[in-house]
Amino acid sequence: MSAPIDFAGLFATPAPWLRGTGPHAEMVLSTRIRLARNLREVPFTHRAKDEQLHGVLARVGGAVQASPVLGGGLLLKMQECSAIERQVLVERHLVSHELGDGARPRGIYVAKDDRISVMVNEEDHLRLQSLTPGFQLAEAWALADAADDELDGSLEYAFSDDIGYLTACPTNAGTGLRASVLIHLPALVLLEEIQRVLKSIMQVGLNVRGLYGEHSEIMGNLFQISNQTTLGRSERDSIESLERVTKQIIETEERARERMLRDARTQLEDKVWRAYGTLRYCRSIQAKEVINLCSAVRLGVAMGLEGLCPLRVVNELLVSTQPAHLQRLAGEEMAPPERNLYRAQVVRERLAAAEREAGESRSS
Amino acid sequence: MLCQICGKNPASVHFTEIHDNTMSEIHVCERCAEEKGMHTPAQQHQFDIADLLAGMVDSMTNSEEERVGHVVCPRCGLQYSSFKETGRLGCSECYKAFQNQLKPLLRRIHGDTRHRGKAPVRGGTAGAALRHVQRLHDELQRAVEREEFERAAQIRDEIRKLEAEARAAVPGSPS
Repeated sequence: MSAPIDFAGLFATPAPWLRGTGPHAEMVLSTRIRLARNLREVPFTHRAKDEQLHGVLARVGGAVQASPVLGGGLLLKMQECSAIERQVLVERHLVSHELGDGARPRGIYVAKDDRISVMVNEEDHLRLQSLTPGFQLAEAWALADAADDELDGSLEYAFSDDIGYLTACPTNAGTGLRASVLIHLPALVLLEEIQRVLKSIMQVGLNVRGLYGEHSEIMGNLFQISNQTTLGRSERDSIESLERVTKQIIETEERARERMLRDARTQLEDKVWRAYGTLRYCRSIQAKEVINLCSAVRLGVAMGLEGLCPLRVVNELLVSTQPAHLQRLAGEEMAPPERNLYRAQVVRERLAAAEREAGESRSS
Repeated sequence: MLCQICGKNPASVHFTEIHDNTMSEIHVCERCAEEKGMHTPAQQHQFDIADLLAGMVDSMTNSEEERVGHVVCPRCGLQYSSFKETGRLGCSECYKAFQNQLKPLLRRIHGDTRHRGKAPVRGGTAGAALRHVQRLHDELQRAVEREEFERAAQIRDEIRKLEAEARAAVPGSPS
């Protein structure tokens, strides 16, 4: 885990949450912990003057550098990044849409351990996040909690004994915690049981969103499940209840997959291999189609079908075929039709490389 | 159960609405839900948080609203009415300035108004000690519910120890 030294270094390394490792990686892509914090004496970001926000950037930068957990990483100021670079950060789930607009003094700090980062001057002055591959809430919480304690040693947070951490939006006040898992539920969608599952998730006070967070569409059978409330429960409580519910969802999806394999194995294999074939030989393809086809391939890999690419490759394609990633890779701006051609080429080449790697490891 | 709109298909979408402390439920089939523009959970993320908050605060009468709307945060100058529009507070002091209005709102959002999570370590004050004891009480309760009696006894002993320490400490002494 060495820190990227600049944007190019960051871009060259796939996001750590795509590694396809960690517990239940065949179903849970990533686990995230986010903590919202504000500096006591500065108005919240949307009411602060630009010079105050520059001050926040400088102070958080200093605190981060002084922290053994966070220090030695990379600070990217949004105003110094190009529009495509900012969008790359959004696609990697490192920064939010709000931070990525580049209009105000905002920044992202990526720690030496690249699973941890801090958004500065988002809706709240600090949005500390840990993003780990697989289903590992305890690990993600330990990382974020330790980083938070270290920052708190040199920054004075807005906090009240009654309400807890004070945030710009009262929906985050209290713990400022959002714990979430990004989970792949293709069998429940195919068997049309997903609405029932989503309903029961929401009934226990959890929230469901798509791959790209708030307001994003649900694509590729990927669901982000997170806690909704932040007051009246400890972090541990919120995390435990997300953990409990996620385990139940994993079991439900596993049972659905077993049922599908038992009752419709041939149709399922056909669907998976057709998806793989399209990705492997396409000549023009949209990002959304890649995500949906990857969902089928991912299911095939998870079910142990021989000859498909590793989970890591399917995960990486979800992000590397997004518009800004493609344009950054090409080194130029591209219109959507042009992007579709280039995207098809990138996908074909990535899968061909994975096939070569598999062939080499078999013959060695 | 059959759909309450068409009365033909089985109801698979269920809505609960709470208005003026009365809860009403409606059960409909997916087709009717779609036709009537009622969103299924998968589509529900498309709401705007500011609208939601505005909706929550909006149950006040006009005269009340006018009075409350003019409350201003002495530190950042934000008017309560403008919080209502944007759903964003201006600074940490706003929580104190608008506490009468925010308390019921926080209760509606979170179902609670008291923080039970971690606190800044640098605080090191009586407040932190108090929260720690509160947390232990919560944990004790949970341990008892789960019938983890050995764990419960440990927590109880820890609470007793902390409370004895607090009594022994001279009130107001620097920490």
